[in-house]
Amino acid sequence: MTILKNRLFWPAVILVALLVVNMFTSNQFITVRDGHLFGTLPDILRGSAPLLLVALGMTLVIATGGIDLSVGSVMAISGAVACLLISDLGNQNSVGSVLLIIGVAIVVSLVLGLWNGALVAAVGIQPIIATLILMVAGRGVAQLITDGQIINVQSSPYATIATGFFLAMPVAFLIAVGAVVLTVLLTRRTALGLLLESVGGSPTASRLAGIRSRRITVMTYVVSGGLAGLAGLIYSANIKSADSISAGNLIELDAILAVVIGGTALIGGRFSIAGTVIGALLIQTLGVTVVAVGVPSKATLLFKAVIVVALCLSQSATFRQKVFGRIKPRPATAVRAEVPA
Amino acid sequence: MLKRLSVAMVGVVLLGSALAGCGSKDDSTGSGSGDGKIVLGFSQVGAESGWRTANTKSIQDSAKAAGIELKFADAQGKQENQITAIRSFITQKVDVIAFSPVVTSGWDAVLKEAKDAGIPVILTDRAVDSQDTSLYVTFLGSDFIEEGKKAGQWLVDQYKGKTGPVSIVELQGTTGAAPAIDRQKGFADTIAADPNLKIVKSQTGDFTRAQGKTVMETFLQSTPKIDVLYAHNDDMGLGAIEAIEAAGKKPGTDIKIITVDAVKDGMTALSEGKINYIVECSPLLGPQLMDVVKQVKSGGSPEKRILTKETTFTQEQAKTELPNRQY
Repeated sequence: MTILKNRLFWPAVILVALLVVNMFTSNQFITVRDGHLFGTLPDILRGSAPLLLVALGMTLVIATGGIDLSVGSVMAISGAVACLLISDLGNQNSVGSVLLIIGVAIVVSLVLGLWNGALVAAVGIQPIIATLILMVAGRGVAQLITDGQIINVQSSPYATIATGFFLAMPVAFLIAVGAVVLTVLLTRRTALGLLLESVGGSPTASRLAGIRSRRITVMTYVVSGGLAGLAGLIYSANIKSADSISAGNLIELDAILAVVIGGTALIGGRFSIAGTVIGALLIQTLGVTVVAVGVPSKATLLFKAVIVVALCLSQSATFRQKVFGRIKPRPATAVRAEVPA
Repeated sequence: MLKRLSVAMVGVVLLGSALAGCGSKDDSTGSGSGDGKIVLGFSQVGAESGWRTANTKSIQDSAKAAGIELKFADAQGKQENQITAIRSFITQKVDVIAFSPVVTSGWDAVLKEAKDAGIPVILTDRAVDSQDTSLYVTFLGSDFIEEGKKAGQWLVDQYKGKTGPVSIVELQGTTGAAPAIDRQKGFADTIAADPNLKIVKSQTGDFTRAQGKTVMETFLQSTPKIDVLYAHNDDMGLGAIEAIEAAGKKPGTDIKIITVDAVKDGMTALSEGKINYIVECSPLLGPQLMDVVKQVKSGGSPEKRILTKETTFTQEQAKTELPNRQY
């Protein structure tokens, strides 16, 4: 009975159900070809990497009670910077130069995150407004970098970060897993997670208790920027080009959805990285399932909405009690609405 | 500093009076220009894509070549900017107004003003939904249904006389967008001629490379056999090529690919044999626009609907055309 009450039980059930559907629609669900994994499941894992990274950063920002709307634009900028520099290389297949350029793009993204963090923590602008600035302006910057065109690159080391395989596993997914493991270790094996939640619960109380809440807040935006930058690199390496108009477009909404499905409270003060991972995988699998079962494109959004509504209802204790409560009548206790602290 | 500024100001004043003198000489023509040139006011949507940039450049270059004075205004994607620009063209008494409407509705009032001022209006690339078609002289632009038909016709010709089912997957443009609806319809209507040709899967790829790749990956995994891919633009086709190659198949050989647009990257893939056929959707309507402007100015009445001169490309044609592609 306790497992049923776990917030992650229903998202996990729906994720597994969608994967089972894909097992039936797919020619090869998972198989080994040319020495690496191949099939629908590896495609889902690889395709979910950018969303996983962005949602991971979003989780930390939301844990402090903030929000980062600029992730899509940061993705576009980092992809644009990387592709522009790589296209100027004499030898695009030089591993050293490509790694250096990847480093440059990540540093740019970290700086953009720092900008967000400074606006929120130092200047005191509402997070939704502070990051909205970069969300709107950032896409303009990306288009300026690429001159409004799509920049193509022919660099196999760069393509590897999105489409390559290491130990038979997709590199993009391994990068995402690495980021998740590192974040879990840092937040759950040190006091950092506790500090994040305390800042999210009440920045003032945290500061009075001796926590440098501003520094923590700035740090989450920097991390979110860096992870979005990494996601942007994977996105552009996947299509071997920088498409500054559509890269990361609306991904902030998918990321927020992934975070919320995972049980992180939007008001801050509580977060679940495992939940975010399940949420991101769920959204990616849903997208693949829609195409695989052949839902007409006019009905795709409605189909997705129905699944998400069902999921959110299943997570609501109030809803569950109203619907299933009658089967096993209990003394009528008023449902206690959770009041945000 | 002050001295240099005053010199510059004297220069401006001198230039201004020279221009004024020039203008006053033949004020009777009613146009702002002195040498009897036709003046065309053009309001562009913005610079949202490479296609649009090429469109702007074509109009500017061909105006220069045709000896037409162009007053160009960029609406930056906003209808109110476009209305302001058209009003200012009217007060400047230009000879002809042309514009690509940002949206389809809400043009009646300003077009009526132009009509009352006796200035003919030409629509380019996009249409308006005004009931009163006397508000504009003509609409010059692509016919998306025709593009879909051309793509379908090539496929029908390819499989003429062959038996056995052909399974086609389709990458649609953004759901609800006019090019996506029309390209889908024109294609579907044409391939209905051959019962062997069947669209087995059709899904939106949002006109982007990344979506085109993701959707194609799933098509490949969930369809037993794919013979043909029809993509509503080059970019989705290019993304799909990546997915096909990753699945260990040869694009253009194992799976035939048809796309629409013919931008440079698409033409490159076509000349490399990765795409089999591209239907052109050309932004280069400048020369045609200038012809229409001259025709209107000399009292002629052009057709109400003029199609952009567009062609189609096979792999061989792409090799010769590629060096001339501007966009």
